[in-house]
Amino acid sequence: MESTAPEFPVEIENLYKSFGPQKVLDGVSLQVASSETLAVLGRSGTGKSVLLKLLIGLQAADSGSIRIHGSDIASLNSGQLNELRRRMGFLFQQAALYDSVTVEENVAFPLRRYSGEPASRQKERVRELLRSVGMEAHAHKMPSELSGGMQKRVGLARALVLDPDILLFDEPTAGLDPITAGEIDDLIVELRERRKLTAIVATHDIRGARTFADRLVLLREGKIVAEGSFADLQKNRDRFVQQFVGSLG
Amino acid sequence: MEIAASNMGTEASGRPGSAAGRMLAGFFDWFGLMGLFCARLARAAVQPPYEWRELLRQCDAIGSLSLPLVALAGAATGVVLSMETHDSLSRFGAKTMLPAVIVFSVLKESGPIITGLVVSGRVGAGIGAELGSMKVTEQIDAMDASGVDPYRFLVATRVLACILMLPLLTLAADFFGVLMGWVANNLGESISIRYFLQSGFKHVDFGDFLPSTLKTAVYGLIIGAIACFEGMRTKGGTEGVGRSTTRSVVLASLFVILADVLLVRLILAFFS
Repeated sequence: MESTAPEFPVEIENLYKSFGPQKVLDGVSLQVASSETLAVLGRSGTGKSVLLKLLIGLQAADSGSIRIHGSDIASLNSGQLNELRRRMGFLFQQAALYDSVTVEENVAFPLRRYSGEPASRQKERVRELLRSVGMEAHAHKMPSELSGGMQKRVGLARALVLDPDILLFDEPTAGLDPITAGEIDDLIVELRERRKLTAIVATHDIRGARTFADRLVLLREGKIVAEGSFADLQKNRDRFVQQFVGSLG
Repeated sequence: MEIAASNMGTEASGRPGSAAGRMLAGFFDWFGLMGLFCARLARAAVQPPYEWRELLRQCDAIGSLSLPLVALAGAATGVVLSMETHDSLSRFGAKTMLPAVIVFSVLKESGPIITGLVVSGRVGAGIGAELGSMKVTEQIDAMDASGVDPYRFLVATRVLACILMLPLLTLAADFFGVLMGWVANNLGESISIRYFLQSGFKHVDFGDFLPSTLKTAVYGLIIGAIACFEGMRTKGGTEGVGRSTTRSVVLASLFVILADVLLVRLILAFFS
């Protein structure tokens, strides 16, 4: 694996992915700069989640290349890929908390395996992260006792526990009420300001993307149809782009 | 109506061939995927870091929680064997052989196969459902994404726990089978436990006992591997979890029975 820190920690080139006859990603190329928050927008089923899963190696692309910190993930063996994954955090759409263990144990799960720190320090770190997402009081609860928004917060704490430098969010506000969705958006903004992470957020929530994203890309039928700041997208005359961003005025 | 009927006829005549083809392809597909799964499992099981804590937790979940059921099944087998053979042996004037018949039957076949089938049901369903639910709720993806190999943490630990626990559970089934065989026999005519055991174990040597107990480690491998395989490839939400659970139990039971036939043949070839 290359150890130099490239200007673009995430580089995607000509990415194709199909499921049977259904083409999900059709030649997507992207670069995400260090400390940039990129929102990947699009209607449901346009390949946003698939793009994130390809980035972290949960699925394999049909063709094209993905370079994370300069390493082509297709060329890594499972050990190298796992090592790279520890530098990335992933917040799943439904949070994907381990339902047989408590909130605290969920967050501590990766830490126990990969941190050489003593148990007391690990516990302190878990508490600190839970506090930062407003979930410290629920540390001993089981995931089934939490609301959707609370589960997302815990999922976020878990994604951050190994101090990643790239964070991937899969529909962080899907299924949440507007107030809770706003709170999650604020957390993303706070992360951007405080940790200077490189973040990619797959969402169809244009309102949220406007608050936290430095740059937006709009996917349609597996292709990028628009890219730029929110203001750039507003100026775009394409009917689909207008339909997507127009509602916010 | 005539067109519809003729179409149905065409479809009906076309279907059996393609259905058989699909079944055959599915059969080979299953074995191919199972082979790849076992190769990945073997790699995950031998490469460090080892998940000792999870292995112990699984040994507890698979071993101690299956114990009451296995003991009960073993005891019931002992009782039934005693009642059935008592009657048969009495007819041939060989009633004194009853303890030996019960001990040999329980140690060599009933104990191991009953344990295998009970564990196939309880543990096979449990693992299939647990991993299946984790799969459809993306918990396994989450584990993968955090750099923890789910094959090492979830699969290898469960399969190893099955391999380790099956022989121990078989000992329990054997114990309760022999004990309840004596109890059932004792209800008909009084016979001391000492005489029963002395008479029953007089001709038993390690060649009778060890291979048939240790063969259940193979059942453990089969149950663990099939249940994990079916769980890990679950698709389609809760309905898919139901399908994986059923397939885990059915296939594990089926393969345990098939393995028993092969292993008995091998044991007879090498130890008799």
